[in-house]
Amino acid sequence: MHNKTITELAQSLRDKDISSVELTQSYLDRIKQYTSLNSYITVTEKQALADAHAADKRLKSGDVTLLTGIPIAQKDIFCTDGIKTSCGSKMLDNFVAPYNATVIEKFNTAGAVMLGKLNMDEFAMGSSNETSFYGHVQNPWDNNAVAGGSSGGSAAAVAARLAVAATGTDTGGSIRQPASFCGITGLKPTYGRVSRYGMIAYASSLDQGGTMTRSAEDSAILLQAMAGFDEKDSTSANEFVPDYRENLNQPLKGLKIGLPKEFFSAELDANIAATILTAVDEYKKLGAEIKEISMPMLKYAIPTYYVIASAECSANLSRFDGVRYGHRCDNPEDLNDLYTRSRGEAFGAEVKRRILMGTYALSAGYYDAYYIKAQKTRRLIAEEFKKALSEVDVLMSPVTPSTAFGIGEKTSDPVQMYLADIYTIAINLAGLPAMSVPAGFVDKKPVGLQIIGHYFKEAQLLNVAHQYQQVTNWHQQTPKGFE
Amino acid sequence: MSLLADDVKKIAHLARVGINEEDGATYAKDLSGMLELMVQMGELNTDNITPMSHPLDPVQRLRPDEVTETNQRDKFQTLASQTEAGLYLVPKVLD
Repeated sequence: MHNKTITELAQSLRDKDISSVELTQSYLDRIKQYTSLNSYITVTEKQALADAHAADKRLKSGDVTLLTGIPIAQKDIFCTDGIKTSCGSKMLDNFVAPYNATVIEKFNTAGAVMLGKLNMDEFAMGSSNETSFYGHVQNPWDNNAVAGGSSGGSAAAVAARLAVAATGTDTGGSIRQPASFCGITGLKPTYGRVSRYGMIAYASSLDQGGTMTRSAEDSAILLQAMAGFDEKDSTSANEFVPDYRENLNQPLKGLKIGLPKEFFSAELDANIAATILTAVDEYKKLGAEIKEISMPMLKYAIPTYYVIASAECSANLSRFDGVRYGHRCDNPEDLNDLYTRSRGEAFGAEVKRRILMGTYALSAGYYDAYYIKAQKTRRLIAEEFKKALSEVDVLMSPVTPSTAFGIGEKTSDPVQMYLADIYTIAINLAGLPAMSVPAGFVDKKPVGLQIIGHYFKEAQLLNVAHQYQQVTNWHQQTPKGFE
Repeated sequence: MSLLADDVKKIAHLARVGINEEDGATYAKDLSGMLELMVQMGELNTDNITPMSHPLDPVQRLRPDEVTETNQRDKFQTLASQTEAGLYLVPKVLD
């Protein structure tokens, strides 16, 4: 049952082979069985069973969607009314959100069941889930390896079958990198495709919610529920939402795939490069045409990202002041002490580093040299992507230069950690949609193929990923011990 | 460009983030490492390039100036550590 797709489960629910309560209970049991993964921050057992009862009633009435009664889990960055929403931080350890994020409302409307809230790097800042106040997440494929980040809890839970599917958010690779490390399918939609309302902000011009699932078909179903214009989010895109499942079976004959040579650089593990090229060969067999291209701006993506993301983070996180919500220090001497000590006590080292970096980049005398300069290089990077995508339909590359690294391996040198995001970060700067699709294993750890598409062409990305998943079974592999 | 522990102290004050005295040097080293990366941007000629603040360059959407939210003050104030008579309490600002 835990290896079934959403479509199969939806059919079983409709055929009354199983009830949503039974399905939900079986997932709750699995979550209890595998607590050592640390993928959940909060398990909402009572709420989940209540949702499942409601779904079973709705299933009887016939007014259903494919997600009605399906148990999924939410990254703990999405505000959930009446339920603790921590964002992986001590700052919000006591925070019970007073409203639902739009994404949560949409899943509620679809009738999905929420199993709980998933672990993540603190305020989504991290690439290994090691910055979480609640501790790191284990990679189901290797206990000693990180699950990736920042959506590490989501990736591990889906890979270990502790949820049928999950949400994630991606500011610099936070859906695609953990999806790659845990061998699942991750989709970061176009910036603005999914509402950011109620999604706790890190870097507002880059943040985007998306899907973490076992297959492209499941991803299409989740995206269908999540996507769309939201007047509560001023950066939400007012663009038509197509039927994402409609084109999944489109043949790929004549598809033009671009391979940017800079994405196959010296730091890339040779075995990963070989795995990606084998996947590209599969596409050739499916009738695709391959074109090598050059994107020399790629190397500027990391510095550009860390200026912009840090600057936006320092502004966004100023809302945590110890006054209205979140952690407040004991016995403040004065207002300044209240702010400084509350924030000093409750933010972890990585969040502090980025706030300090951003504050510096935005301070008088440095604003033009760092922030404006980065916004200009951002445009050059985005223009390069637009040009590439005017010549080909999609771009393909690795997601990461290595497979999941060891727990604690990169924590002492933050810059080394940042450099590992080289292949994902540029896509957020450009605002494009991209996926990570399981494409094989190196040293028994999963490898993800990155597929990058044009603005709002998520349907095409899903089609390209789905066709690959029809001729390969990498996405169906289950980590040992979680069968 | 490298920063010293004293620079970190100033920045931390601007950001109102408490940093332990003994951690100052580590933050200075980490931030200097980040700044070293950022120097690379200087290689690019960005004269006459318009800064990009949003990937889709949209025009800011406006809406009628009407009340759309209901007042939920009491609900929101349950989240605060200290409130009184509908107000948030902070240490005395004026003598």
